[in-house]
Amino acid sequence: MNDEPRHLRRMTIIWLIISVIADVLFWFLLGPHMAPGRLTSTAKADQFDFNFLAVIALPVMIAIWVFMGYSIRTWSAKRAGVPEPVGGEAARSHKGAIVSWMVITTVIVLFLAGFGTVALISDHGSGGGEGPNPIWSPTGATSAETAALTTSDSWSPSSGKVLVVQVIAQQWKFTYRYPAFGGFETTQLMLPTDTSIAFNVTSLDVIHSFWAYQLGVKADANPMLNNVAFTDTQQPGSFVVRCSELCGLWHGAMFDYGKVVSKTAFMTWATNTETANAANTKDLAPFAWTYVPDANGASGGYYIDGGVTPYSKAELYGAKPSS
Amino acid sequence: MTITADRPIVDAPSSESPPSSGGKTLLSENHGWLSQHVGTALICAILGYVFGHWLGNYIASDYIYIANSGTNAVADTLALGFGAVGWLAGIGALNYPIAKLVGKEAKQQETVNHWTKYIRYSTDHKVVGMQYVVGVLLFLFTGGLLAMAIRTELLNPTTHIFGPGTYIEIVSEHGTIMMMMASSLVVGPLGNYFVPLMIGARRTAFPRIEAFSFWIFMAGYGVIVSALPYGGFPTGWTGYAPLQTQAGAGMISYLLGFAIIGVGMMAAGFNILVTIIHYRAPGMTWSRIPIFVWSILATAALLTLATPVLFAAGTFGVLDRTAQTAFYVTEHGGSSYLWQNLFWFFGHPEVYIMALPGFGIVGELMPVFTRKPLFAYKVSAAGMIGVALLSFFVWQHHLFQSGIDPDMRPLFMLTTELISIPTGFLFLVGMGTLYKAKIRFEIPMLFVMAVFFNFLIGGITGVFLSDVPVDVTVHGGFFVLSHFHYTIMGGLVFAFMAGIYYWMPKMSGKMMNKKLGLAHFWTMFIFFNLTFFPMFILGLLGQPRRVFTYAKNLQTLNDFSSVSAFFLGLSFLIFLFNLLYSMWINPVKAPANPWDSLGLEWQTATPIPPHNFDRIPVILTDPYHYSEVGATPLADFGGPSPVSPVSASSASAPTSASEE
Repeated sequence: MNDEPRHLRRMTIIWLIISVIADVLFWFLLGPHMAPGRLTSTAKADQFDFNFLAVIALPVMIAIWVFMGYSIRTWSAKRAGVPEPVGGEAARSHKGAIVSWMVITTVIVLFLAGFGTVALISDHGSGGGEGPNPIWSPTGATSAETAALTTSDSWSPSSGKVLVVQVIAQQWKFTYRYPAFGGFETTQLMLPTDTSIAFNVTSLDVIHSFWAYQLGVKADANPMLNNVAFTDTQQPGSFVVRCSELCGLWHGAMFDYGKVVSKTAFMTWATNTETANAANTKDLAPFAWTYVPDANGASGGYYIDGGVTPYSKAELYGAKPSS
Repeated sequence: MTITADRPIVDAPSSESPPSSGGKTLLSENHGWLSQHVGTALICAILGYVFGHWLGNYIASDYIYIANSGTNAVADTLALGFGAVGWLAGIGALNYPIAKLVGKEAKQQETVNHWTKYIRYSTDHKVVGMQYVVGVLLFLFTGGLLAMAIRTELLNPTTHIFGPGTYIEIVSEHGTIMMMMASSLVVGPLGNYFVPLMIGARRTAFPRIEAFSFWIFMAGYGVIVSALPYGGFPTGWTGYAPLQTQAGAGMISYLLGFAIIGVGMMAAGFNILVTIIHYRAPGMTWSRIPIFVWSILATAALLTLATPVLFAAGTFGVLDRTAQTAFYVTEHGGSSYLWQNLFWFFGHPEVYIMALPGFGIVGELMPVFTRKPLFAYKVSAAGMIGVALLSFFVWQHHLFQSGIDPDMRPLFMLTTELISIPTGFLFLVGMGTLYKAKIRFEIPMLFVMAVFFNFLIGGITGVFLSDVPVDVTVHGGFFVLSHFHYTIMGGLVFAFMAGIYYWMPKMSGKMMNKKLGLAHFWTMFIFFNLTFFPMFILGLLGQPRRVFTYAKNLQTLNDFSSVSAFFLGLSFLIFLFNLLYSMWINPVKAPANPWDSLGLEWQTATPIPPHNFDRIPVILTDPYHYSEVGATPLADFGGPSPVSPVSASSASAPTSASEE
């Protein structure tokens, strides 16, 4: 029986041809269109990671499919002339095959884990929520966030600073506060081009998830917790914001749109909104990383006792800075 | 092995009753309609429910928080709790412990060979296995109907069939019922039925615990379905707090339902674990037990070790709602992360509770239909144990964007990707077994090949999800939804179907119809892929999970998926019809060993005697000596084998039983 190498060689050739074609087609045809697009550096990096994984995964899948397809075709009992299989020790184990399978899969897996880790760290957490104490952040993020809390934060197109944007989720909408502009709160999400953004995501009631799809940003909005995610905007464009954590009745309808606009357009919008909203901003709770509504607050309170527990408002449960 | 030392091989008594049977049950002197069966269980469940509700109102209706909120969580909880207890008492699960408690002699229930044994508290593992078949199909079809409702709603982004509240109820109920079903889908019916037969045992280690696990599983069905009249629960199957805390009365059905199902899972796991470790026939060494038993062993270990966490998590939730504890209430000192951590600490091993038995069936069936020994048996077993161990170290990949401390993210990315190494062993084993085989594409083998196809897609997309940067986009969307349907449905449910077509001839003595089987397989395989593959694209295009509306440009893909889903639903009706047709309408008697398997379970008489083996067999080798001239016979039955040996393994003189 000397046709053993022939089967494997045939499979390898088929695999090689299909894999190369599939990888090239994927990388050049589908790759540039893969999620989440190329609006920000984060999105670009996430897209690159996806495509990179795909061109490694495709040959692996094709290898197994080619093997299975080849086996089905060649060794089907219905096919005339299929030799009787041979049992015994030789059919039970093949040290070379087992060891090489283990080595190959281990190398791929360890490589991918390393690759993912490098991508995660080099891209400031890849747009994922890092919690209140982010460890992978762009330069200047910490000082901007500290300044935001002391209401001394400022931002201008020439400052080159990180822009702090607070995302407040509640059932079932997102609002945004800009501490660098007097802490006004708005339902519009506007961002300047070519700027590092620090999204500080929190919630007033249940867990939501702030998913700015084209920005490549996703961070859960937890009540009483500040979840920080970073991105670097590049060109202008618009993006969708969707809630991606089930948050009750109107979860499906919890979406809006945001825009990345030129720095000057952003400044015009921000200063105009700051002025227009000044009266409202005065009545808002002071800017803080988290807010807890009182039991009769906008969320209706999430205590199940129907508002019996005595709540004091501002001094205990009102806005307070995180420690 | 010490079993033979203290338990001599005995000839079974000629009567129908098992050797250990001592007398009548405590509460029932006969097996007529006045004795305990599913009807009395139902009556007692209703009585328990009413009593619990009254008790809860009696105790708690003047609590201030209850008087003000208008719903009495204590009454709802006690009603469901006592309902479940009433169900167990009504079926007879409590007879033995109560008898022991009051110092009476506890008696064994007789096994009567009458169809009514299937609606009673039977301690015969074969009866329990059959009961589980009906039980899991009830779960499966309930969840499937809800899935049809989901896909109907998603036909159009703007025209709605259901209100948003109803839709969320349906989604949540679908997810929870399917998860409960999937954790018992193989272990319950096939594990309970075949593990003792495959290891040469007469029964499982704890037959009463085994029966208990089934009947409490069914109590769990009642409790989780009760969420619907209570107004459902809005949290999906993941039940995140504080949405959980905010939700209405239906949430109790979810929390208590998981706690109750959890007790059943622990009981089932514990029983099977001990059975496999201690009830193997002499000579059934660890290197000879069938690969299916290895997979059930790994699963049972997970059931035993991971489910207590679920039980605790569910109980904490119930306490938060009734006793006003604050386990998950952040502003009272609890933490919503506590739920997320507890839930996924259970939830990720749970994923492998649902995957491993599927691997086991695939590994068990491949040698039979390729006429070759299982390739790399030890690697396969090691892979299953490896997966089971690693599954406890990956749970935080569900929390990559949750805002939990990011330090551990690279570690959990690594562990999650590492788990694909032992999972990959399955493919090595499959490919090695196929190589130069002679493949018979009977219905079970078709399902096995489909498992490889589907699970490959499910597994590889899992690597994408484990990569944190990619997960930022795909987490919480249709991509992950499609991923786990590919692994659980494409893997486990397909494997279950393979198992049913393969073993039904043994369980019932009747063959499943092949033409209907082919129709079932092809509709299920094709429309499964057409339903779920578009969902990967939907996820990448930005459709989040559990939404009743979506972007207008996604309608074509959604409609394609929905229409395919209706045909997928049809395939399950074909299966159901095949089951009815082959079992009752036009039964065809099955040959003793229709697939020419070498497995020990096929060496018993059909129908299998209540005690399985007249003599405990002495195992001489593993069951995979296909196409091996002069191979050792599987076992020494101490007499003529009930079934003539398979030609592939020509009988020869037993060699020494020292393979281990």
